[in-house]
Amino acid sequence: MIPSPPEELECARCRKLLVPATVTVKYLGNEFPVELLRCPGCGRVHVPEALAMGKMLQVEELLEDK
Amino acid sequence: MDRDLIREREARCLAEQPPACTATCPVHVDARGMIDHLRRGDFDGALASFVRSVPFPRTLARVCDRPCEHACRRAEAGETVAIGELERACVAHGKPPASRRAGRAVVKDRRVAVVGGGLSGLTATCDLAFKGFGVVLFEAGPRLGGRLLELSEAQLPAQALEADLEQLTTLGVELRLSSPVQSALALTDEFDAVIAATGASTGCLDGLELTGDGQLRLDPLTGATSHPKVFGAPPCASPIFAVHLGRRAASSIDRLFQKASLTFGREQEGPFKTRLFTRTAGLTPAPQVPVPSSGYARDEAVAEATRCIACSCRECLDACPFLAHHGSYPKRYIREIYNNDCIVLGQHKANRLANTCALCGLCAEVCPEKLGMAETCREARESMVAKGKMPPSTHEFALRDLEFSQGPDFALARNAPGTTHSEVVFFPGCHLSASSPEQVEKVYALLRQQLGPVGLHLGCCGAPAQWAGRKDLAASTLAAAKATWAGLGARRVITACPSCTLAFRTGCPELEVDSLWTVLAGLELPAGPQLAEPLAIHDPCSARHDRPSQDAARALLERRGVTIVEPAYTREKTTCCSFGGLMSFANPAVAEKLVRQRLAERDADYVTYCAMCRDNFAARGKPTLHLLDVLFGEAGARARKPPGFSQRRRARQALKARLLAGLWASPLPQGATPMDLSIDDTVAAQLEQRLILQEEVEAAIAAAEHTGEKLIKRSNGHFIASYRPAKVTYWVEYSPRGAGFTVHAVWSHRMELSGGTAP
Repeated sequence: MIPSPPEELECARCRKLLVPATVTVKYLGNEFPVELLRCPGCGRVHVPEALAMGKMLQVEELLEDK
Repeated sequence: MDRDLIREREARCLAEQPPACTATCPVHVDARGMIDHLRRGDFDGALASFVRSVPFPRTLARVCDRPCEHACRRAEAGETVAIGELERACVAHGKPPASRRAGRAVVKDRRVAVVGGGLSGLTATCDLAFKGFGVVLFEAGPRLGGRLLELSEAQLPAQALEADLEQLTTLGVELRLSSPVQSALALTDEFDAVIAATGASTGCLDGLELTGDGQLRLDPLTGATSHPKVFGAPPCASPIFAVHLGRRAASSIDRLFQKASLTFGREQEGPFKTRLFTRTAGLTPAPQVPVPSSGYARDEAVAEATRCIACSCRECLDACPFLAHHGSYPKRYIREIYNNDCIVLGQHKANRLANTCALCGLCAEVCPEKLGMAETCREARESMVAKGKMPPSTHEFALRDLEFSQGPDFALARNAPGTTHSEVVFFPGCHLSASSPEQVEKVYALLRQQLGPVGLHLGCCGAPAQWAGRKDLAASTLAAAKATWAGLGARRVITACPSCTLAFRTGCPELEVDSLWTVLAGLELPAGPQLAEPLAIHDPCSARHDRPSQDAARALLERRGVTIVEPAYTREKTTCCSFGGLMSFANPAVAEKLVRQRLAERDADYVTYCAMCRDNFAARGKPTLHLLDVLFGEAGARARKPPGFSQRRRARQALKARLLAGLWASPLPQGATPMDLSIDDTVAAQLEQRLILQEEVEAAIAAAEHTGEKLIKRSNGHFIASYRPAKVTYWVEYSPRGAGFTVHAVWSHRMELSGGTAP
């Protein structure tokens, strides 16, 4: 399968294309670095649906049971 | 959680009790396990299972007097399973396991004399030698076997006994044939212990205490004699019991050498009565597979094995898909939940188990020992909350709904229009108000018309807080209700929701709490069409012990001409619709199984008297009526799609506004105009499944449009907004449509992003 090209996202305020960046996500006192798209201007980050409802949800549930 | 209470509960579960065949067998052959191998054609495994309990399989498969078969529960439908013949087939067709050798590498320096080479003596010899003790076997005659030697070749082929006795050599037993013992007692000079297993011959027992008929006096539990080093096995007609007696004496000697208690924990050695419950009603009778004189061939043995019903107690597992889902049984679940509660650091693997239970109490109803899971699960939840270990996502959404019901959008308390005091108050509850608000209005009108001034109280009873382990919130919600009634002067509350009825009856025993159904059964009903059709009745699980409400619901249905179909699980054995205990929030997949199993019970359309049950059934496409639909002539409403979470809120808001304006002439100020959103079925389903309210979608879009802080998808021009009001970040993909917006997708997460300025 050929991976679909990454979604091109633009920050409506800065008019800049979001670029990959390492962002820290926190939950219940735990922190993880995650590769996400971020606006180079204002730092606005995008969490795609598949990530939020997939891996992120799994990790949330795992941490909630700790 | 209380450890002693947990142990007491564990002990009540019957799942680990042995089947009757095993309990009745003096040496507890695992016939069920052996037959399970046979059913799959695994004769080697079956023989291995048999050999685990009997020392001489070839012999005992022939000579055993089979007390197990007298206990076999298959006999209640057809004939007993031919367990003895199956053992014989195992020996005939299975690969014999390797001969027993001493179990320990180091031979222990204790020596035992066994007097008598019959089944008891031989068993004791092998058991002790296997444990590594030096054993000398004295036999008066020239051959071993005792009374086995009296059997014909057809009954017991000499070669079978010989093969079984080969292990004496591999175990290193010293045989002294044709060696009559003059005095068993005298052997204690040379040996550390002695077993007297001399059958009917009692010549060597001088110096030991005897019974009136000249037999050795033995302790019935241990086989101990009057001398601490001498143990005995009395003469015995049953071959398998003789094996047990020899084993009992050997076990006592092992305990003696280990300086352990001779008596502790031995109550279930030998035959005992099992507590296992096995349902045999409804079994299809099946006769035994005839036994040829040569014994069963392989296929015949397999056929006979399939007749075994593999006795086990499955009462709660058959009744509750949640209990069946986790693949074990309550004894283990209770232990897992308790252990989970004790974990300080590490993964709490049983959180989900404790949180999934509907707390409906069905398991306790069907359990022969009345053991239920609800108390343990409820205590676990309360403990999780107290320790701050309750997963935040499990109940948050449901508890926010409780807050909504108790807040200005829904909560309302009024005396009947034009009065200042209400002896009686109607409390319709959240679910009916959310699902059928018009019926709340109709019922309230009917009650005032026939009972006089009846006050109205809209709010929550606190049941969701109880289910979530939030004792504090449950108590404060209940206290708020009591204060409200005191303010209205009420002494009697009429409830339309069975969960409210139960919560108030439990929480306010000083108050008269009547279910709407018992009240309506005594009133004149509005004229309505007769419904000459069968409907399957579903008693809500909260009404499990509310016989009067169950009867009233049936009486009301009969007044409308309904033919009532009772499901298999009904009245005190009714099932939960999957909302109970907030199961559908904690574990949607198991909740789905629960509701599906209920719906599969009957083909007829369903009728119930809980709005939540009705909506849960209707959501799965099962035409389901609420009792009020039948009473108010709205039987066509059975396919009505249940409202989603957002709609449930709006319905309650609107109900309050209508009632205030219509009955108390106090219209609410006009709220903000809702955003014009276009949401298709796919997105609507996403909202429900992901527990996202439309107001959160609106807030996300409003903020993005106001601040301009949003993303643009270059591929299609859609906007992406995000919004974090508290602990959850909501994301919305949308595009403008006229004066409103089309919503393309919604999602959320609890994790917080940091290191950027965004949400």
